[in-house]
Amino acid sequence: MAFESGKSNLLFTSSDWNFETLSRTYDAIERIALDEMKLDIYPNQLEIISSEQMLDAYSSVGMPLMYQHWSFGKRFVFEEHFYRKGQRGLAYELVINSNPCITYLMEENTMAMQALVTAHAAFGHNHFFKNNYLFRQWTDASAILSYMEFAKKYITRCEERYGTAAVEAILDSAHAIMDHGVFRYRRPPRLSSEKERERIRERLEYEEQTYSDLWRTLPVTPGTDPKKAEGEASERKRSLNLPEENLLYFLEKNSLILDPWQREILRIVRVIAQYFYPQRQTKVMNEGCATFVHYTIMNRLFDQGRISEGVMLEILQSHTNVVFQPDFDDPRFPGINPYALGFALMQDIQRISTEPTAEDREWFPDYAGKGDWLDTLLDAWANHRDESFILQFLSPALIRKFRLFLLQDDSGKPYCEVSSIHNERGYEAIRAALARSYDIGVNQPDIQVVDVDLLGDRHLRLQHNVKNGILLENESRDAALRHVRHLWGYDVSLVGIDAESGNVLYECSTP
Amino acid sequence: MPNYIDRRLNPKDKSLGNRRRFLKRAREELKRVVKEQVKSGKITDVDAQHSVPMPARGTAEPTFRPAAGTGERNYVLPGNKEFSPGDRIAKPGGGGAGSGSGAGVGEAEDDFRFMLSREEVLDLFFEDLELPDMVKLNLKEAVTFKPRRAGFAVTGAPTNINVGRTMRNSYGRRIALHRPKREQVEALAKELAELEAMPSLSTRREQIEKLREELDRMERRRRTIPYVDPVDIRFNRFEAQPLPNASAVMFCLMDVSSSMGEREKDLAKRFFVLLHLFLKRRYDRIDIVFIRHTHEAREVDEDTFFYSTQSGGTVVSTALDEMMRIIRERYPAREWNIYAAQASDGDNIAGDSEKCAALLQDELMELCQYYAYVEIIDERETEIFGATDNGTSLWRAYRTVGEKWPNFQMTRIARPADIYPVFRQLFSRQPNIRART
Repeated sequence: MAFESGKSNLLFTSSDWNFETLSRTYDAIERIALDEMKLDIYPNQLEIISSEQMLDAYSSVGMPLMYQHWSFGKRFVFEEHFYRKGQRGLAYELVINSNPCITYLMEENTMAMQALVTAHAAFGHNHFFKNNYLFRQWTDASAILSYMEFAKKYITRCEERYGTAAVEAILDSAHAIMDHGVFRYRRPPRLSSEKERERIRERLEYEEQTYSDLWRTLPVTPGTDPKKAEGEASERKRSLNLPEENLLYFLEKNSLILDPWQREILRIVRVIAQYFYPQRQTKVMNEGCATFVHYTIMNRLFDQGRISEGVMLEILQSHTNVVFQPDFDDPRFPGINPYALGFALMQDIQRISTEPTAEDREWFPDYAGKGDWLDTLLDAWANHRDESFILQFLSPALIRKFRLFLLQDDSGKPYCEVSSIHNERGYEAIRAALARSYDIGVNQPDIQVVDVDLLGDRHLRLQHNVKNGILLENESRDAALRHVRHLWGYDVSLVGIDAESGNVLYECSTP
Repeated sequence: MPNYIDRRLNPKDKSLGNRRRFLKRAREELKRVVKEQVKSGKITDVDAQHSVPMPARGTAEPTFRPAAGTGERNYVLPGNKEFSPGDRIAKPGGGGAGSGSGAGVGEAEDDFRFMLSREEVLDLFFEDLELPDMVKLNLKEAVTFKPRRAGFAVTGAPTNINVGRTMRNSYGRRIALHRPKREQVEALAKELAELEAMPSLSTRREQIEKLREELDRMERRRRTIPYVDPVDIRFNRFEAQPLPNASAVMFCLMDVSSSMGEREKDLAKRFFVLLHLFLKRRYDRIDIVFIRHTHEAREVDEDTFFYSTQSGGTVVSTALDEMMRIIRERYPAREWNIYAAQASDGDNIAGDSEKCAALLQDELMELCQYYAYVEIIDERETEIFGATDNGTSLWRAYRTVGEKWPNFQMTRIARPADIYPVFRQLFSRQPNIRART
């Protein structure tokens, strides 16, 4: 009898999916996610796509709408090549931080995989997007889609008006410093797409109304009136708000040569960079959260008898592949797998909370043995990023499980030195080092605008605060600097200053 | 209730525009690569997909990024097996140990290759040759003809008489002109015989007279109205229908004496490639015959043709002789469209050029659809020779051929861009042929 009722309880029996089984499964997952796991999600919108469309989505950095640029074509060619050769599979899903939350499901997935990725993306990632403080603070999920639509149309219109080459030149330069186009500490102004569009329209209309070809014929005389210019310049300098870490923002607001439409394009690139900034800081947590959610939900479904053993095996096999962590000396080692680390951390929290060891009680007195693992997790998901999360939650047990060790690499020495391993003395150091390696602020070169000589040659001075003696790749640095010059219009120089000693390590400028 | 949307039927190739932009961006680099591949590959390979390395120049995306091998870093790695604190590990040859995912991507991009489609390759190839777009697209052609039934004609050869149609015409004419039928005549003759057999009466005699006259009239009528008249005869009519495809053979003739250097050979090769591409669009099947010559000519394979050198004098006519021999043996002109392209630097032994001209005039030009002669000259010489009719003895001798045969083309080339004019004539003949059909 039990067997029979279990069978009739199954959500699906065939490995092929259809929309009926999809939504039945979705409902079952939703019940567990909302009632038992207390997840809080944006409304879901699930879209079925083919592999070609997935490749398309890949190359436009996962956005459903994106302006056109050759670098996306390059990425597409690259991805397509590896996919066709079978060297790299495609993701089973792709999820966009938007409201409603859009999840792409591949049509080739089996029904079991569709169930898995629905739980993973439509609930795991979705919950993380909606609740994590970084996303709440720095991105606006409900506006991003209409903003991208605006951006795409705007850039297309610019291409029609000013030519593809001119737009491409601006985009190239903007992309070069895209990583330095985010506010790290200051909260960016929220974007309202309606207002945005209105503003652009007015700006363009004004431009058209006041356009006079005569202006073009005036001879250019820099610094017409010295006294007046002096006053204006000091005024401007005060308002420049230096030093400024957001290069794109600075150039957008202060460049002397850009036309309004060019500034608008810089703004678009900057907004997109800012939108993705939280994702780069929460890779481990985001994937860990989604993996933990799908693992828990799938197990619950199995316990409830809603999915068969065969399906569960397929799901577990896929899950095991996802959280596989090769050792450092394995030829497959690509670095630490964020899925593996994230999932292990979340599971560890659950373990410590329910069946702690004496060591765990000592390290994590707050929640060890309290049994409220879900609250601990929900709180962690909402209030941490990778760096702080690892610093807070990486347990000695986990360090031992991964057999983590710390390797010091000093470029001056012909060898690397193992400074800590998974033992009593090493735990703290390893935990701190691992956390630091996920801190974007540490890993990304710190480059700021420090001075502009507006009175003289309008020379833009950038400063690179060199940490741990890590310099920049020369060739790439010079090329990027030329892009900055292109946007600034006058000479640009970059000084590398050691953050500790204050010594000047290098100096370079555009010719 | 979730919101499911089926996007599978949405238009694909959203990235096509991006890919096009990328190729445009990488154009110079790709052009160089394609040129390189054309130079080293086989003639027939040009018209196919090419795999090219990811162009690095022009498509780099510079950023401010940390340089590997500087400063002090800490790596946390999983899977410790034997290390204890203080152990030292020698650094591997390039860069720091496990220098992370960033460097890996860069390396992967270096030896990464992607496919250019045939159209993209040709685009890049044609660009250098400065072919007008019209020419690039103008690729359909008809050259041979096959007779096809097309109704009936009143004239023609006896073998083409259409019996059915002829007999139908004759039947209608016989009915219209009341030609007595054989049965009528026979019936009358029988009646007459019966009457004559009976005892003679005056009334019957009159009747017999009447019948005799009637029979006579019938016989006369049958004689004047023939059973089949020339006006009845119809012949099957045939029209020559152009056939789009046939077989072609392309002869590549080249002087390989030491005066032909690397540059000359490269130019010649481009010329041959272009001719091959052009022919490929017209014909289903193309054979290529490579004949190289010094003071003696020999048929060789493609590799030998382009890459091995041979020393000796230069007697051009030997190549033409060899070509004649091969045509006679393997490529009868009735079945094959014969194209020939000859590349030379113009050197020839004294007195041989006239012989070449004569060979062409008397025999070869009748067999060839097209004969192109390119003389590869130094770029400095273009100034001198550009417009004049003067030149090497071979050039002067060939000029007489060119005057007589419109399908003989000759030109001097010094740069890839010069190759196109040779083809202009060839391509411009297309509209005429199409108009005729």
